[in-house]
Amino acid sequence: MTERPPMQPLFLARDSYRRRRMADAARVLPIVGMVLVFLPLAWSGSGRTATTTIYLFAVWAVLILLSAVLARTLGRSDPGSDPTERPAQDGTDAGS
Amino acid sequence: MPGLNGLIAVALLYVAFLFAVAFWADRGARAGRVRWSRSALIYTLSLSIYCTAWTFYGAVGSAARSGLEFVPIYLGPTLVMVGWWWVLRKLVQVGRSMRVTSIADLVSARFGKSRALAALVTVLAVLGTTPYIALQLQSVTLSTEVFADAADPTDLNATALWVAVGLAVFTILFGTRTLDSSERHHGIVMAIAIEAVVKLAALLAVGIFVVWGLSGGVGATLDRIDASPLSDWSPSGGRWVALTMLAAAAFLTLPRMFQVLVVENTDERHLATASWAFPLYLLAMSLFVLPIAVIGLERMPAGANPDLFVLTLPLSEGREGLAIFAYLGGFSSATSMVIVAAIALATMVSNHIVLPIWLARQGGQGAMVSGDVREVLLNARRLSIIGVLALGYLYFRLSGGGAALAAIGIVSFAGMAQVLPTLLGALFWRAATRVGAAAGLMSGFVIWAWTLFLPSFGDGTVLSPSVMAEGPFGIGWLRPEALFGIEGLDPLVHSVFWSLFLNALAFFIGSILSFPRPLERAQGVAFVTIGAQGPGARGTAPGAAAAEDLLVMSQRLLGPVEAQTFFQRAAEAQGKAGYLPDVTPAFLDTLERELAGSVGAATAHAMLGQFAGQQGVSVEDLMAVADEAAQIMEYSARLEAKSVEQERTARALREANAKLTALSVQKDAFLSQISHELRTPMTSIRSFSELLREEGISGEDRVRFAGIIHDEAQRLTRLLDDLLDLSVLENGQVTLNIAEGTLGAVIDRAVAASGRVLDRLKIRRVPADEAVPVRTDLDRLAQVFINLLSNAAKYCDAEAPEVEIRVRTVAGRTVVDVVDNGSGIPPESQGMIFEKFSRLEDAQKAGGAGLGLAICREVMMRLGGAIAFLPGQGGAAFRVTLPESEALAAE
Repeated sequence: MTERPPMQPLFLARDSYRRRRMADAARVLPIVGMVLVFLPLAWSGSGRTATTTIYLFAVWAVLILLSAVLARTLGRSDPGSDPTERPAQDGTDAGS
Repeated sequence: MPGLNGLIAVALLYVAFLFAVAFWADRGARAGRVRWSRSALIYTLSLSIYCTAWTFYGAVGSAARSGLEFVPIYLGPTLVMVGWWWVLRKLVQVGRSMRVTSIADLVSARFGKSRALAALVTVLAVLGTTPYIALQLQSVTLSTEVFADAADPTDLNATALWVAVGLAVFTILFGTRTLDSSERHHGIVMAIAIEAVVKLAALLAVGIFVVWGLSGGVGATLDRIDASPLSDWSPSGGRWVALTMLAAAAFLTLPRMFQVLVVENTDERHLATASWAFPLYLLAMSLFVLPIAVIGLERMPAGANPDLFVLTLPLSEGREGLAIFAYLGGFSSATSMVIVAAIALATMVSNHIVLPIWLARQGGQGAMVSGDVREVLLNARRLSIIGVLALGYLYFRLSGGGAALAAIGIVSFAGMAQVLPTLLGALFWRAATRVGAAAGLMSGFVIWAWTLFLPSFGDGTVLSPSVMAEGPFGIGWLRPEALFGIEGLDPLVHSVFWSLFLNALAFFIGSILSFPRPLERAQGVAFVTIGAQGPGARGTAPGAAAAEDLLVMSQRLLGPVEAQTFFQRAAEAQGKAGYLPDVTPAFLDTLERELAGSVGAATAHAMLGQFAGQQGVSVEDLMAVADEAAQIMEYSARLEAKSVEQERTARALREANAKLTALSVQKDAFLSQISHELRTPMTSIRSFSELLREEGISGEDRVRFAGIIHDEAQRLTRLLDDLLDLSVLENGQVTLNIAEGTLGAVIDRAVAASGRVLDRLKIRRVPADEAVPVRTDLDRLAQVFINLLSNAAKYCDAEAPEVEIRVRTVAGRTVVDVVDNGSGIPPESQGMIFEKFSRLEDAQKAGGAGLGLAICREVMMRLGGAIAFLPGQGGAAFRVTLPESEALAAE
């Protein structure tokens, strides 16, 4: 599904290009987050609960912030720019 | 103390308020006002049912017991939400486009609409969720008990029972009011959004009171944390990772989470908002957990239950209002979880267990004829809700409410996480098969049950201590907490590792070793390439399903108005007026998905299949169809061969008939010819013999008349001889008298035999050429030449008739040409001169019956030679080709 349809232009317009890189970032974010969350495991010594707490909540906040930034770009309905990432086929959707 | 009665009054008021909100939202939704109730904010808040009473009360308890270990429970979902672009986006796309009603439905739809798989996941979901519901009942009961007077101990069981009954009523009222094809419940979503706000506000209020009211600010709180026994805590690597992963997996697979994440989702873009807003909610929920735990440990008496610090801490400080608010927060957490879980489970149970059984019991007639499926389905759902809550209550009674809250939650999480490998495989791996999914789910759940679920009841309850210590029947490597001899692991890590690892392995191996059915492959493509793909698999053959019958059935499932609207819209899309669209595969596909929204993919498929006169398309079906087709083809080929043969026979018969008719005509002609030929000389003989009988005839006349009679009699004799001769020749009864001689001698004999006839004919011969030896019936050959010579004598009309006999060799064979110098034979007559009785002009003068050439031809045929008319020689010319043997003998 990564195959490019034949009619797809080789280079994208600036907006679509940006959007795709944001999608890349959205894919990387949870991996980075996971590494950061597991990081305290490598810390040695005890008695650092308060520090660890502050660290974890800081990581948490940063993840939320970055996610909010990405969501602003990716959440926009932009179905034309990326054929592999259209919203669901909902020609039948009568729900809303 | 507000007392129990005050508390109950507040709780009842709160519940009444929720009823009103749900009612108002439902009415608004029916009136088409869904903008507000279907916003990204409400979607995000509805996800908060992840935070149950377990997290509301239990997180503090968990923090008091094991430090930061409550955090991974929130970090897992945070990572999933932040990584929405990977999995959730696709899950929601699939859910929306396939009209998935539950996680069991999704798994079943992906793997060839398998009913067995749906039933399996449903059973597992019920098994995994029941303890969780019991947990909610327990937390409400425990928190209520806190407010009860010590002198008047509330009956715990009664409280739990009343809570369960109340929840069942609420859920049935708002959860099964309609059978929406999209399974969206506006009222309930609205109510749980309100509850989400209440529980967050309650926890924040308690947290703020603790940090700033009791502890003296953020800095002081951090100091207290470091000074508390919790500061010694350091994360255990295995548990930390396992809990994070488990929470992430459970977030995707818990039936209630699937319900709000996927089924209740109305707009994919809400997911983008929730991707940061929900982690924010989780962060806010867990922000004050650790301070409350630390201060609780500090201030509460040693034996106090840390699970209830959220309530007991404000209460002990005399903040009754805050305590009641906290109680409402916990109450909200418990009720919203139970309501959504009950709806999700009821949907699964009614769609995947009750309805298939009901349909099967209806027999072949199915839903089309008897009863109202819609009513059956709604009742099944109501009963399922009651059943699910009853199970939860039963579990609560049996377990005695003893175990720590967090432990039960984790067991539930680990159970539902077993669906994860199948779910991910369903979304991302086209080659995943039904067999693989079943194998993975089964092995995962068996291992989970053995290593975590059964031991969770406590030592000696289900598994005896000896089994725990030495394994079943003394088999050491099957010990529930040390499978395959791996000891020393935390029981949770041990169970999660083995169950998920073997689950994924079985799923993978089962998938690569089995071969998917056609429908599975089609659904696999539709799921994995969602968004880049058109409509999903079309499995139902249009068959005899008429639009009207389909409408009748759909009305029963979707409700008359919805079904009619749907059909009208479909007809409109096809450019038709009225309610009945053409039954195209595309329409059936859409209808099946619409119905799947009500009854699940497998059942919808089965119903449409039943309707179309076909129970789905399995490989066996296809094989049977192919077999049948092959048989029909063979049969038709045989028929064709037969008909060709018959045609051939008929043609042969026609030809034979034509030949017979022609022969009959020939015979008639022949007979009439014969009678004519015989009659002529007979007439002469009779008239002359009558003359002879009269008186006074001179002697001269008498002699003349007698001569005529004699001639005619001779002619008759000759004619009869010829006829006999010809008949003998034609019947092949002739006996050839083979002898040797020369051609010259034969011709000599012929000339001599012709005698008087040749008087006026001059014959030219080259005797040297005639010295050809022949070996044949010489008499018959001579007869041929006699006939030819007498013909020439009779018919040659030249002044000085002469005939030339040339002997030569043509193409290795000796031929004898007999050529006269007459005017020859006109072209139109050349074709028939060899026929019997064929004579040119009036033959009377020639005195022949026209049998000569016919006899010649027959003779030459018998001898193995030929005779033919030779054109272009001036006069009449005949070529006699001698038999081959003579030609060979000549050399």
